[in-house]
Amino acid sequence: MTAHLRAEGLACSVGQRTVVRDVDLDIRPGETIGIVGPNGCGKSTLLRVLAGLRAPSAGHVLVGGVRLHRLGARRRAREVALVGQEQDLPSDLLAREVVELGLTPYRAPWNGTGPRERAAVAAALAAVELADLADRPVDQLSGGERRRVLLARGLAQQTPLLLLDEPTNHLDVRHQLHLMRLVRRLDRTVVLALHDLTLAATTCDRVLVLHEGRGLPLAPPCEALRPGVVGAVFGVDATPIRHPVTGDTHLLIAPLTPEHTP
Amino acid sequence: MSSVQLAPARSSPAHTVAGAPWSARRLRTPLAFFLVTLALLASLVLSTAFGAEALSPATVLDVLVRRMTDRPVADLAHDTIVWQLRVPRALLAAVVGAGLALAGAAMQTLVRNPLADPYLLGVSSGASVGATAVITSGLFAGAGALTLSGGALAGALGAAALVFAVATAQGGLTPLRLVLTGTVLGSAFSAIASYLVFRSPDPAAAQSVLFWLLGSLAGAEWYRLAIPAITVGVVAAALLAGSGWLDALATGSDTAASLGVPVRAVRAGLFVLLAILVGVLVAVSGGIGFVGLVVPHAARLLVGARHRVLLPASAMCGALFLLWVDVVTRILVRPTEIPLSVVSGLIGAPAFLVLLGRRRYRFGADG
Repeated sequence: MTAHLRAEGLACSVGQRTVVRDVDLDIRPGETIGIVGPNGCGKSTLLRVLAGLRAPSAGHVLVGGVRLHRLGARRRAREVALVGQEQDLPSDLLAREVVELGLTPYRAPWNGTGPRERAAVAAALAAVELADLADRPVDQLSGGERRRVLLARGLAQQTPLLLLDEPTNHLDVRHQLHLMRLVRRLDRTVVLALHDLTLAATTCDRVLVLHEGRGLPLAPPCEALRPGVVGAVFGVDATPIRHPVTGDTHLLIAPLTPEHTP
Repeated sequence: MSSVQLAPARSSPAHTVAGAPWSARRLRTPLAFFLVTLALLASLVLSTAFGAEALSPATVLDVLVRRMTDRPVADLAHDTIVWQLRVPRALLAAVVGAGLALAGAAMQTLVRNPLADPYLLGVSSGASVGATAVITSGLFAGAGALTLSGGALAGALGAAALVFAVATAQGGLTPLRLVLTGTVLGSAFSAIASYLVFRSPDPAAAQSVLFWLLGSLAGAEWYRLAIPAITVGVVAAALLAGSGWLDALATGSDTAASLGVPVRAVRAGLFVLLAILVGVLVAVSGGIGFVGLVVPHAARLLVGARHRVLLPASAMCGALFLLWVDVVTRILVRPTEIPLSVVSGLIGAPAFLVLLGRRRYRFGADG
């Protein structure tokens, strides 16, 4: 269950201001794509446009060859799922009730929970290894557990395309890696916004770098995150180093020198 | 308006809060519904024993059974008190309480704010303009209660339409915009109502307006039950039919949209339903504070936050709550009948603080 995602000459605006322009994407089914860029570069806005929640100010988004913004809300929600930051979940919901929201596009709003729905919820919770906490209220979960519950909701939505906004935010390093491994194993096309460049470099097939309101060409991490680009985009010195054990390429970021201070 | 006699209050209206462990919710929910239904049925009968003439539950039951089975009336006085005066009043209390709690739960979802109450959209202050206009212009003295209800309903719907128009024109029915527009326009309507009272040459007008503003079920009759009962029923059915969408909306507009919910249409529909529901309730009973604010929180504690169970639980708890609040207004200060808001506020405020104090509320506004 994967989708081919294409965007041509995409531009996203908030009000009158164009936040991101010139985004060209051609994402193959099953790829994991990272979007990186400094704070406020429009990662979240771009994700909302790719999810069909916001209309692009130029260009269009094609999911499996279909113009996303021409689909009705329900149809669209069966193609694309967006898992955002969502810090403020209603505190009285149980974990399984949050996951069950993912089934919304597949049932009438007056229908209750049947055995099929329960099974789908249980499967999604099992996929994020939270089956034990199904009956726990979400406000009693840790930050990492809550992120995984939200991911499970995205999985329950059964969409070929899954968009994740900073899924590793507020997670400790072990849970970050755990969550990324989970994402990698999904049989979905995944696009995620990430802060951590090393995480993007080690876990994504290709990376989109947003720089000064433009999307750089989509490229494998070693090319997209080469030191010159990282220096220009983030204003830091990065040195790619090969991990002596795993062989992965990591980025060593040098501490800021006085010349870097704005 | 009937005079009242002091009788022992047997049941506390605030007994709707339970505190069992969370994991047991799946078993607890049917049990909670069973108990609340039982309490509601018992209360409908028992509450009719309280009032100017204290009757024994046996007398009440006798009257009811005779009425239900079409047997001849035994005691005409008792029959009149129970069947003509108190039963319609108890039913109206239950209908209004259910409607207010339902409206409160839906409003809290619409604006994603635990402090929202049914009157947030300026509906009640709009109604007070209409009602005040009727009272101070002397129409009330001439044409009676129906004019007052009509004026209140017109004011309520007019105010809601204005809030809707202003919020839509300024960018849509987002939670923050609804709260701000409703609050600001509500203040303006209250100012107009106050102006009408002060301009009035009739000194009794202020008293009538104040009493109306604080809510009362006095003068309930069978024929006045139909419109609020049908309104509450229809709105409840419509809300339940959209309960899956309301669940999604409660988690935020972006999430709801990405789950395929037509957010704008749902918000607009919710607004219209709430305006009609609250408009009708205000027209029937005036403004009754705290029911719509507190009861949904108690219901959430009882059965959780999913609207499919939350809405019926809120409605039933609201009915139960207002039923007993109304009994207290009849028997607390003899022989005067006190406004409903006085009692619901005295019980509701501490209950709300306890409920909020028990847990963290993460229910913040977005957009």
